[in-house]
Amino acid sequence: MRAFVLAGLGLLIASAACADPILSPTYRFSEQSGEAIYSNVCQACHMSKGEGAVGAGRYPALAKNENLRSGGYAVTLVLNGQKAMPPFKRLMTDGQVAAVVNYIRTHFGNAYTDTVSADDVKAAR
Amino acid sequence: MPTDPPTGQPVSTSRRDLLRLIGLTAGSAALYQAMTSLGYAAQSGYKGPIKLEGNPKGASVLILGAGLAGMTAALELRQAGYKVKVLEFNARAGGRNWSLRGGDTYTELGGATQKCEFAPGLYLNPGPWRIPYHHNGLLDYCKRLGVALEPFQQLNHNAFLHSSKAFDGKPRRVREVKTDFQGHTSELLAKAVKKGALDEQVTKEDQEILLVALRSWGALDKNYAYKAGDLTAEFRGYAKDPGGGLDAKPEPGEVIGLGDLLKSRLWLGLTSFALYEFQTTMFQPVGGMGRIGEAFAKKVGDLITYNARVTKIEQSDKGVTVSYEDTRKPGAMLKANADWCVCTIPLSILSQIDIAVSKPMKDAIAAVPYASSVKVGLQFKRRFWEEDEAIFGGISYTDLPIRQIGYPSTGYNTTGKGVLLGCYTWNGANSFELTAMSPQERVQRAVEFGAQIHPQYKTEFENGIAVAWHRSPFTLGCAGDWSDEARKQHYDNLCQIDGRIVLAGEHASYIPAWQEGAILSSLDAIERLHKRVLQG
Repeated sequence: MRAFVLAGLGLLIASAACADPILSPTYRFSEQSGEAIYSNVCQACHMSKGEGAVGAGRYPALAKNENLRSGGYAVTLVLNGQKAMPPFKRLMTDGQVAAVVNYIRTHFGNAYTDTVSADDVKAAR
Repeated sequence: MPTDPPTGQPVSTSRRDLLRLIGLTAGSAALYQAMTSLGYAAQSGYKGPIKLEGNPKGASVLILGAGLAGMTAALELRQAGYKVKVLEFNARAGGRNWSLRGGDTYTELGGATQKCEFAPGLYLNPGPWRIPYHHNGLLDYCKRLGVALEPFQQLNHNAFLHSSKAFDGKPRRVREVKTDFQGHTSELLAKAVKKGALDEQVTKEDQEILLVALRSWGALDKNYAYKAGDLTAEFRGYAKDPGGGLDAKPEPGEVIGLGDLLKSRLWLGLTSFALYEFQTTMFQPVGGMGRIGEAFAKKVGDLITYNARVTKIEQSDKGVTVSYEDTRKPGAMLKANADWCVCTIPLSILSQIDIAVSKPMKDAIAAVPYASSVKVGLQFKRRFWEEDEAIFGGISYTDLPIRQIGYPSTGYNTTGKGVLLGCYTWNGANSFELTAMSPQERVQRAVEFGAQIHPQYKTEFENGIAVAWHRSPFTLGCAGDWSDEARKQHYDNLCQIDGRIVLAGEHASYIPAWQEGAILSSLDAIERLHKRVLQG
């Protein structure tokens, strides 16, 4: 019974994290799960389904993105930015960067099952 | 359009945070020295109307972008005898010089379209909203183009400094925080002088003068104490203002204790009034910042092709060819040719365009991330901030995600509706998080947070509009966010004339995110280009 209640709570929290936007209390991001980081940060430019966007220039689609084959490449991009993309190394911990990279590489039609760890991110800083 | 330091505890070591720390720990002389070396405090460098003397003999220039940099170049180069054409992505001129007014629509990346429902005469400046008195170039163009200016209130002593974590979340007036901070620190310094703690640094004679100065500056009593009373009330204001007739005697309020004041961190907000770029007098165009772009467009609008998305920039020793798409007819590719090219396309976009320039310039184009910024305009049924709280213009600063509430510096003391700047973020987690929301959600959040400072929001709010700059189709970000390392390595390469192409814009200046940077960069670029043309 107790396990059932906890599982139900977990579901509630997970769906809340997805639906309810977060505003972090400090200058750094407080979101911890890959999903929460994606939907509150990355989604700003890469959009809710990872489809990217096109205006005078474009935000690349992360959906079905071959460049994500290399987890290290994605980590470097999140840490240091690229071209107009801002660097996030000062705003995210190693664990947050790893979480969001793992999330993107296993969602939006990407299925790269090798994961990156916080230590990998630390080494890439 | 840079923002000011929030009253929270940002962990950023951005240049502006650094300046604040230097200023707080080492005093204003150190701050000035640091500012100068970082490229902020130098004179804007405007030398008066540009003189492009000599006959360009029918040479043609293609200008990419009809923002202030592009239109400055168009105006001056045509005047100098060039054949000028301008390509612009938007269906309007001005670029980030822009005001949203009732009836305007705005579609951001991702497809969300907002219709501005402001009442006539009310507006939001999504981009720049204030002009420092030392931005001489921009001021001169306003004068020459007949753009009427009015004062922009940056410092309003009666606006609020607010921390959700201090004073039970109740906002304090700027005058209270400023006076109490000056008073307490003056008292401490006076005590140190009297104990002889400064005998090695300050001569006896100067100590006497310093004590007099501290009494004057800090509103100290004859015992060099900072205490609630008639004297401090003359600076920080009263619990009950002096009146006339019976029951008119003023009542001074309590001062905030030193410990509470320090821990509240509200003193962080005072920096926003001290920085050179925010000092009085500041200006705004009457009717919205967009009036400047509109005035430029009156002069050079006939040269502009709108709805043109540039896809390729080629050059040879004979000239420049630019490929572009007419966005009203997707897939319809066109070409424009000229002898020379002034490219003001933001680096966020230019870094994705196939452009025939040297590798060092390409590397420079790719080296500048774009800042995140969000602004929200909120219309209210009445000007309650004036009617209820006697706040006429100025800015309240808060540690809430909205960071600032900007009060209109126009239409004072009138009845009817008003528009507040209900949110203005600059980088940091909240700026990205607000960008990731839908426009409606941003507006809703701005109203909820603002109500913590002005409870009237709950009953007086009517409608709002939100612009998140990373969702802007024509900039993909707010402004070039140079790091000192990137500037050292790439800035000069970015500003070189590369064959027949020269870049201009706020990103090619030491005044990033300010309109003055765009104009000075443009003037410098065309001056050098003109010399090159005359050399043949």
